[in-house]
Amino acid sequence: MKIEETNSAKTYMNPYLAGFLLGLVLLATIYITGRGLGASGAIKSAVVATVETVAPQHAQNTAFYKNFDNEHPEGPWKNFLVFEVVGVLVGAFFSGIIANRVSLKLEKGPRVTNLTRVIAAILGGAFFGYGSQLGRGCTSGSALSGMAVLSLGGILTMLAIFGAAYALAFFFRKLWLK
Amino acid sequence: MGPLVPFIVSEELSLVIAFFLGIGFGFTLEQAGFSSTKKLVGLFYGYDFTVLRVFFTAGITAMAGVLLMGHYGILDLSIIYVNPTFLNSALLGGAVMGAGFIIGGFCPGTSVCALAVGKMDALAFLVGAFLGVLAFTESFPLVEELYMANNLGQIRISEYFGISNIAFGFMLVGMAVASFVATWFIENKVNKRETGISATLRNKYALSAAALFIVLGVVAFLPGKEDIINRKIAEAKRQQTCVFKEISADKLADQIVSKYYTLNVIDVRPAEEFEKFHLPFAVSIPFDKMMDRQYEPLFKQRLKTNIFYASNDTLVKMACLKAKFIGHSENYILQESAGEFREMFYNAAAPPVDSPKLLLDVYHFRTSSAAKMNNLVNALKNTGAPVKRVAVKIQGGC
Repeated sequence: MKIEETNSAKTYMNPYLAGFLLGLVLLATIYITGRGLGASGAIKSAVVATVETVAPQHAQNTAFYKNFDNEHPEGPWKNFLVFEVVGVLVGAFFSGIIANRVSLKLEKGPRVTNLTRVIAAILGGAFFGYGSQLGRGCTSGSALSGMAVLSLGGILTMLAIFGAAYALAFFFRKLWLK
Repeated sequence: MGPLVPFIVSEELSLVIAFFLGIGFGFTLEQAGFSSTKKLVGLFYGYDFTVLRVFFTAGITAMAGVLLMGHYGILDLSIIYVNPTFLNSALLGGAVMGAGFIIGGFCPGTSVCALAVGKMDALAFLVGAFLGVLAFTESFPLVEELYMANNLGQIRISEYFGISNIAFGFMLVGMAVASFVATWFIENKVNKRETGISATLRNKYALSAAALFIVLGVVAFLPGKEDIINRKIAEAKRQQTCVFKEISADKLADQIVSKYYTLNVIDVRPAEEFEKFHLPFAVSIPFDKMMDRQYEPLFKQRLKTNIFYASNDTLVKMACLKAKFIGHSENYILQESAGEFREMFYNAAAPPVDSPKLLLDVYHFRTSSAAKMNNLVNALKNTGAPVKRVAVKIQGGC
């Protein structure tokens, strides 16, 4: 399964090996902390912290932020997922360096303009962000970690994510295909 | 016994560990190619199934590991965080995320990876995700009803279908392997190529899959920690080889009065019998619950002597054996049963005045000990009980 690369970037790791290593990282996380990995929780922390800084009055009067503060008495930043996501940045950067893949670029399908890609990315991100809060976790926190502990909700969310993406793939094919 | 947080690893240290776990997470995601939208959306157009391979392999590896560690008592499966199931929001949220995936080309974790290697579209995606989360937090009262609807609690899929964890584990691994083979053919067809797979690589894959099934087989068919201990107890009982260190009720009463702080008096009868009557300073650890994580320190310490008692000889001996196999503390059993202790100390009838001196001495010793023990218990009501380790349900999620 060699993937032809035009530049000098190294090929990707064998997917099963990468999956196995990822599984071990997840297992270690569960063993040490009793819970899985995640990503969207860190974004939630950033949102809450921003709202509390920019509009403290509003945050104090809104039940959602008050509840968040009660559940996280040490503030939104002092959170497992925030530290983990900073680690993700470092780890991915490190991997990119050794595989010679670090460069500033805007990746897009062959038929779309840069502007379309940016708008689609923002829109897609907004959907994902909203959905991750509604579904109590994203692909890592709910689907992947949920599968590892056999959570019914996690596995249902996973099926819903991939099912919806497959169902909609046809309609958005112009974003990605030739 | 895991999880290590919060008893062995503090919450503060866990943040540092989170950073390093994140490095591992980010590194493997990037190595797998998850920093490129082309690879990610390839899954939905059938030309690249890397995402499915990595994702499914990671999921079943971690799952098999969790089941294996639970089987050998290394990880307490009853307290690890199982994502709660709110039926409506799980499905609807998932569908919204799926739309985001196909439009934006990333999911939150992969967009962070892509940003780290300089993808500007990932930055746009993260800005969008920020706005999406903000929209949710701001509109929360509107969706709260939907968010909380159909709460099934922290339920495992195996419980929901009424099968064992391991049975579902086998099913999931079977599905994963089948999907790996099927997508291999689909991928070849979509990309119009006739790639074969080298014999060495094929054998490696076959061996890895077999190894996974062996791990599950071990969990399913070999005895776990609890079985091993129960078997040892049965064996020791059958061979009658075990020598128990015993202590008499009088001696125990004397010890309690003079140095209660060197003893753990452990009541292994069912909790309701403990409620009715128990020895002074006794803690209730019903026989069936002795393997609970919260009691583990009691059986692994060497500072205090454990003294077991029950209502009959067999139960107390089994409890003492069990404690011996769980840990390495110093264990004694009380010769008398709980009922006998009560009769001797609290319901003792005064002997006739012309009884032999010995009998009178014993009576006086017992009544005065009973009074002293009661006084001690009252005086130390709030400090005497050992600090109970509460099994904390771990909060988590994305």
